[in-house]
Amino acid sequence: MSQEPSADSAATTPGAAPTDGSRRSFMKQAGGILGLALAPPLIGQAERFTAFSKTVEGVTEMTLKVNGTARALRAEPRVTLLDALRENLDLTGTKKGCDHGQCGACTVLVDGRRVNSCLTLAVMNQGKEITTIEGLAKGEELHPMQAAFVKHDGFQCGYCTPGQIMSGVACVREGHATTDDQTREWMSGNLCRCGAYPNIVAAVREVAGKS
Amino acid sequence: MNNFSYTQASTAKEATNIRKDAKDAAFIAGGTTLLDLMKADIEQHPQLVDINMLPFRGIELNDGSLRIGAMERMSDVGENALVLQQFPAVSEALLLSASPQLRNMASIGGNLMQRTRCGYFRDTAFPCNKRNPGSGCPAQQGDNRNLAILGGSQACIATNAGDLAVALAALDAVVLLENAKGKQRRVPLLEFHVLPGTTPQRETIIEADELIVAVLVPATAQARKSHYVKVRDRASYAFALVSAAVGLDVQGGQIRAARIALGGVGTKPWRAQEAEKLLVGKAATEENFRAAAAAAVRGAQPREHNRFKVEMVQKTIVRALQELMA
Repeated sequence: MSQEPSADSAATTPGAAPTDGSRRSFMKQAGGILGLALAPPLIGQAERFTAFSKTVEGVTEMTLKVNGTARALRAEPRVTLLDALRENLDLTGTKKGCDHGQCGACTVLVDGRRVNSCLTLAVMNQGKEITTIEGLAKGEELHPMQAAFVKHDGFQCGYCTPGQIMSGVACVREGHATTDDQTREWMSGNLCRCGAYPNIVAAVREVAGKS
Repeated sequence: MNNFSYTQASTAKEATNIRKDAKDAAFIAGGTTLLDLMKADIEQHPQLVDINMLPFRGIELNDGSLRIGAMERMSDVGENALVLQQFPAVSEALLLSASPQLRNMASIGGNLMQRTRCGYFRDTAFPCNKRNPGSGCPAQQGDNRNLAILGGSQACIATNAGDLAVALAALDAVVLLENAKGKQRRVPLLEFHVLPGTTPQRETIIEADELIVAVLVPATAQARKSHYVKVRDRASYAFALVSAAVGLDVQGGQIRAARIALGGVGTKPWRAQEAEKLLVGKAATEENFRAAAAAAVRGAQPREHNRFKVEMVQKTIVRALQELMA
């Protein structure tokens, strides 16, 4: 693979041109010239992106669609989705607990599925619909899962709560909250060191019963 | 985590050719194992190749085998109706793995490549022959409660952490691989993982320029009547202390075929073929199950803290077979 930015990289990487010379910031297009030659003449830029591989290195521009809004940020490829949300986009509702996929505090929805945002890279999640705890309420109106957590006192210190709520929303949507036992099993990826589990199960079950 | 470049591969050939030239690059699918290991500085890679765009998809019956695309996610396979009905042990093993979030992320191919949870491997302050060949194995005399009683060596007694691989080992699954030349080969799952011997850093037979394309599971009577039991320190979301995948073909009260594979006790997914042989032609009784279970642990080499596994895994085999026949 070429170590140089390819001839068509400027055309296919809008906004990626480095403005800060002190940072290594460039994108490479694998097999660029060949790729250009093989591309059907009328193919659009976005399609060309998916038809040929691209390599990203150093701080680059990326776009994440979070809670319905496209947000631009500049980050290295090693930045996790969790860190991008918290550090780059100031969405600090999503919590960093263990940072190793063992606690669930960082749970968000990606294309409607719950995932641990600490174990996926921001760069891999471009073009996907990301929902965080900040995206649940409609203005001042709480999401039913948020309201149920308040009603049932589903927390003590609150640190695991955003992850619990995101997981709970997905758990209900998946149909995995039909009994207390099933709810406990399918919420087991979210740890609560305060031990608010009975109240968390009550909250999730109440929302499941209404939906 | 070290800094790295990131390449989104759009074809298998492109992905495998990168690894052919840059063997320290790594493929990333779900990322749940890889990023965990890289954050802990257990692995370092200058380049990650994203293989999520590859068309290794589908969960279907083909020529008498279940074919699971390597890019399918654990959650989707575990809840697939075909898998649930005709390969229950595969579904159970998947749904008893990890957490719902991790199962939504983790790919089938990546799951077979997951590395051990041995505490010495995962802590870079300690020597480890798997992580740093030749540096030693503190587990031999150290905290070995979670480690293997079968298939270990002086160099390594780390347990293979998989659940899915245990079910696949029991059901005679085959791993389909493809290399940078586009050439495919089929490897029985039992030969895919290797014993540590003197080279514990080598865990599978996969070559640097190979990708897992799919997993094939023969649709047999014993697959249809199969079951996976996992015993853990807590009720959910933990690695197995011991586990057993069993399958039986019983006709007219007689066992025609038996399959038993074990997790949590071996340095690789452990098939207990001697135990299986004892069951063939016999009735499905507790007495016969106990005799088979005893044969499964013959030759076990427990260490100071994992002696309990010898008895626990026998009880787990018997329980799995009894639940299967209930």
